Amino acid sequence: MTALVIPELAVVAMIGASGSGKTTFARKHFKPTEVLSSDFCRGLVSDDENDQQATGDAFDLLFTIARKRLDRRLLTVIDATNVKTEARKSVLALAREKHAMPVAIVLDVPTKVCLERSQQRSDRSLGAPLIRQQCSLLRQSLRELKREGFRYVYVLRGEEIEAATIERARLWSDRREDRGPFDIIGDIHGCFDELVALLGRLGYAIEGEGEALRVTHPQGRRPIFLGDLVDRGPKIVEVLRLVMDMVAAGAALCVPGNHEMKLHRYLRGSDVKPNHGFAETAAQLAAAPPEFGRRVERFIDSLVSHYTLDGERLVVAHAGLKESLQGRASGAVRQFALFGETTGETDEFGLPVRHDWAREYRGRAIVVYGHTPVPVAEWLNRTICVDTGCVYGGALTALRYPELEVVAEPARRVYCESVKPLQPPPERSAQQEHDALLDLADLLGKRNLSTRLRPSLTISAEHSAAALEVMSRFAVDPRWLIYLPPTMSPSETSQREGLLEHPAEALAYYREAGVGAVVCEQKHMGSRAVMIVGRSPGALARRFGAQTAAHGVIYSRTGRPFFADAALEAALLERVASSATQIDLWGELDTDWLCLDCEILPWSAKAQALLREQYAPTGAAGEAGLQASVAALRAAAERGTEVAGLLAAHERRLEDVRKYRQAYRRYCWPVQGPGDYKIAPFHLLASEGRVHVDRDHVWHMETLARLCAPAPEMLLATPYRVVDTEDEEGCAAVIAWWEELTAAGGEGMVVKPFDFVAKGPKGLMQPAIKCRGPEYLRIIYGPEYTAPEHLGRLRARGLGSKRSLAIREFALGLEALERFVRREPLRRVHECVFAVLALESEPVDPRL
Amino acid sequence: MLLTIRNTQAPADELGWLLHKHPEKVQSFEVSFGQVHVFYPEVSEAACTAAMLLDIDPVRLVRGGSEQAEGLLAQYVNDRPYAASSFMSVAIAQVLRSALTGQAKARPELVDKPLALTAALPVLACRGGEGLLRALFEPLGYEVRAEPLPSADEDAAWGRTPYFAVELRRTAPLRELLTHLYVLIPVLDDDKHYYIGDDEVDKLLRFGEGWLAGHPEREAIARRYLKHRASLTRRALERLAEGEADAAAEEAALASRDRAEEALERPLSLDEERMRAVTEVLVDSGAAQVLDLGCGSGKLLARLLKLRQFTRLVGVDVAHTVLERAAQRLHLEDMSERTRDRVTLLHGSLVYRDARLDGFDAAAAVEVIEHVEPSRLASFERALFAGARPRVVVITTPNAEYNAKFAELAAGQLRHADHRFEWTRAEFATWASAVGERHGYAVELRPVGPVDPELGAPTQMGVFRR
Repeated sequence: MTALVIPELAVVAMIGASGSGKTTFARKHFKPTEVLSSDFCRGLVSDDENDQQATGDAFDLLFTIARKRLDRRLLTVIDATNVKTEARKSVLALAREKHAMPVAIVLDVPTKVCLERSQQRSDRSLGAPLIRQQCSLLRQSLRELKREGFRYVYVLRGEEIEAATIERARLWSDRREDRGPFDIIGDIHGCFDELVALLGRLGYAIEGEGEALRVTHPQGRRPIFLGDLVDRGPKIVEVLRLVMDMVAAGAALCVPGNHEMKLHRYLRGSDVKPNHGFAETAAQLAAAPPEFGRRVERFIDSLVSHYTLDGERLVVAHAGLKESLQGRASGAVRQFALFGETTGETDEFGLPVRHDWAREYRGRAIVVYGHTPVPVAEWLNRTICVDTGCVYGGALTALRYPELEVVAEPARRVYCESVKPLQPPPERSAQQEHDALLDLADLLGKRNLSTRLRPSLTISAEHSAAALEVMSRFAVDPRWLIYLPPTMSPSETSQREGLLEHPAEALAYYREAGVGAVVCEQKHMGSRAVMIVGRSPGALARRFGAQTAAHGVIYSRTGRPFFADAALEAALLERVASSATQIDLWGELDTDWLCLDCEILPWSAKAQALLREQYAPTGAAGEAGLQASVAALRAAAERGTEVAGLLAAHERRLEDVRKYRQAYRRYCWPVQGPGDYKIAPFHLLASEGRVHVDRDHVWHMETLARLCAPAPEMLLATPYRVVDTEDEEGCAAVIAWWEELTAAGGEGMVVKPFDFVAKGPKGLMQPAIKCRGPEYLRIIYGPEYTAPEHLGRLRARGLGSKRSLAIREFALGLEALERFVRREPLRRVHECVFAVLALESEPVDPRL
Repeated sequence: MLLTIRNTQAPADELGWLLHKHPEKVQSFEVSFGQVHVFYPEVSEAACTAAMLLDIDPVRLVRGGSEQAEGLLAQYVNDRPYAASSFMSVAIAQVLRSALTGQAKARPELVDKPLALTAALPVLACRGGEGLLRALFEPLGYEVRAEPLPSADEDAAWGRTPYFAVELRRTAPLRELLTHLYVLIPVLDDDKHYYIGDDEVDKLLRFGEGWLAGHPEREAIARRYLKHRASLTRRALERLAEGEADAAAEEAALASRDRAEEALERPLSLDEERMRAVTEVLVDSGAAQVLDLGCGSGKLLARLLKLRQFTRLVGVDVAHTVLERAAQRLHLEDMSERTRDRVTLLHGSLVYRDARLDGFDAAAAVEVIEHVEPSRLASFERALFAGARPRVVVITTPNAEYNAKFAELAAGQLRHADHRFEWTRAEFATWASAVGERHGYAVELRPVGPVDPELGAPTQMGVFRR
């Protein structure tokens, strides 16, 4: 016999009396995990598979498991007798709820056989009367199954049961292997001239004339027509013919629109009102030969309500499709694809009020749809409506996929007056309007993020909660927050006398990871800052959707406003922007904005509280206290007491404290106005359309040096050296440079792999490693840390958590930028920076 | 860290007998935080100075055993190795134990002999300033000399340090001097290095015997000695005063340091007034399900919970720790199941959309909006008025005009350090009516608290209804 065809996403009801062999059949044809047995569930809840009192709870459990499986789009077999109408009703309801195909497999086994088998079983015996009753119920049901709603019904008898094979079939809508490229075209409504022009604009070659047009694309691109080909417009027959020919030739795909469904009813002979532009279709079809009408009927009949394409990355449907319906099949799915979601109300124009599913859309797949005319095609949460009302005098629009470019052909004229006037395009895009308020549900709880550099990153609920407080109370407007910098690990601890850190270990890290060239940059001792700087406040507002009076925003590494004084911030930004204008960086990068990673000096400007509460008092107490101790010890020594050792130690301690005071004072100077600040940009992270992580650090250094050049009084170009980690002499020279820098009071240097993103055998490498100078480290490890008895113990420090954190934050920060330049919804950007903040609440030794 | 004690009463070197430390030797002792050395910079018939030098191990402070090191103690850069503090008290108790407790086996007659003593502390943090230093020691008969530790010119920008070089002079038995130093050094420093438990009360009372009960600053001493732990402090004071203390006054004095705003407004009992006004609006609205946005420690919730009209109360706050306090205040754990079902605390944020807050009759945001950054106020508005959309919204916020009546506030200063703005009545009215218009709410503004004819009331309240 032929195979039983079962859709991949189905709820399969096994139907048969006890002893009919359902369980054996299911075991033979399905995976053990696909089969949910009521007997087994009865055992789970009651320890007794025969306990009929546990039936209610057993089915609760069975349906709970079934729902979880169907949520994951997994085929589910219900192994129960299912002989009663009531029992089948709940199976059908489940299939409807999860938009899976209901399938019935009936094992119609003679009563006698069921009774025999039942008697042979040692584990269970239901008793003859009950089995007889089941068999009789089954027979009564047989004719009802189709009517009840099972889409596939297979009744197997005798030999058929043993011989049966099962073939799993894809859903009609499932075209995941079809990867395009496509040109997805919105509602045409008989605008044939515009369609031909649009196809031409998209690079299609159109040959022939009149009825026999041949449309091909040199690169093999195919159009996808989103339905509503008919009604209202002037050349409905021509449009239908072209689309049908292309689809028949396999040169295009088409999904139906609600207007096609109406036409289909008409062609089948139903009475149809001539409203909503149907009169034009009826009139134009009447002029065509009757054979054409039959062809159209068959064509519409063959259309599938929606398609899932390109590895489920793309969904097309006339009115769109929300995530919970994608890759599923049911009347509701079809209804949604054709009509969208309506609230049942009508607006002041008598049109149905639509529920805006796109606002809530959180799916991974891009959804391209039409149905509702919009002034311009624009993205909202990875969905886009390309019906731009051509027939109303708007334009016929296509979305090129995978390029995601919008191509529009203006209407030749107004063919039909719209009931509802087309709105002029708003100032802020729909996405920006939507993004003005982010949703907590997208941020709270345990989160798993997928980034380009690290496919899976987990953020605990606890850390998310911590981030929420910081983000809500202190951060700048989230629309500016397109990046937060990662933490940076120091080099492995040095064993050299008197040192904790030394460049040799940083160079060795990259050498051992197989990195040849590294870039060594001077480390400025200031405060980390992220700067969004724009060509003009207006251009920034258009791109970021947030208003600003300045040429940008500067925020700290935790997303807080860097400056409390808005005028000061504006003055600094204005200077950076004018510098970019002077060297025409805007034109060079074809952008209106830049995102820079910077260090802003002096350190004292942001570290006021730290200096006041901690650094300066410790210095004062240390110097005064040790002076007094030394004086007392000297007096005792003069008396002849044996204090030489103590005295020497305290003299050395006093010297250390004085060095410590020198150390922090180097990073302090008074600031009155913008002229007192220095800004050292060291990464040009992103500009319009591009995250510059594919450029090496030398490009960053050189480009930023050019940006700094017009404003040397404020912008500091960072000195750097490039060295090959295998080149001993080169490494020695870099080490000598570090010694020179740190001897002059510098913080130290940062060593980075030549490429911005470097991967080694163990995956992502540290994006940068700092090695700080011995004097600088006094303000980290304490004034006297260089004493051998302290240093020995301080060397015991673990870098593991710091490094793991640095890599995760690096991946998240760059992901935020990537998503921003790709114009993804703000929540997708925000979840990344939010995660960086969350990770920052992980406990890590703050001195690293 | 150094303490020197000088005796100028001949024969001055009797000091060595009392201290149990030989004047010609250096003696060193291991203690938990490092080493203590005792030696004599000066020894003669006329004057004898003993020095106790604490050599604190800074690495051990941070890394040594105790995992709960917090604040400055968790940092390598800190003043603990240099400034006199509770470490000094520990050293006195361990290294000079017999002198502190009044034992001198070889010369017992010296124990109660008054000596002409000068204690010198080259670096002592006096949080509370010279005034407190004098208030602590002068009533005990000390002549106090205090020189503020000068800031180096390079550090002038960071303000004055809290340190003084201090000399305390008094003719008295050594035992008394050591006792006073033992108790009062940590009191001045106000940052004890160890965990304070109940036995600390006993210790304070033991060392305070004979002088603490009558000391005019006994409250400050007890409070600071016990690290501001209110319950311990109260117990100590009760035992000191044996029931005569005015508990209410003390409670007020104990108000924690960050409650400045409350202190400012307390004479008006404004907080109470606000709660009453907001509750009244909520009751009159007939609301059954109410949101308390920015519920803090749950004061309003506690009040609403007593009214049966309110069947579902949800408190929302962005600070997790504050919610824990609210749970305690409301005794959430011990509630009957029925009451428990009426109240929920949610960790959330008022500048994000939160579907959990949908479907409520009313929402109150009492003294909340002024804590929201002006740039995020639009998000607050959308989340509440377009998102959650309760029928009634009550918002209170300070009236900035009224600040002129608070003598303690400098012109332009805000009532609370975390306030991002304070609005005049006109500013609030403009905002409120714009919000009402945008989202379809009728707005009514009301004063809360005593109304000044010129400046209005201290608090302004907006009631939004749709």
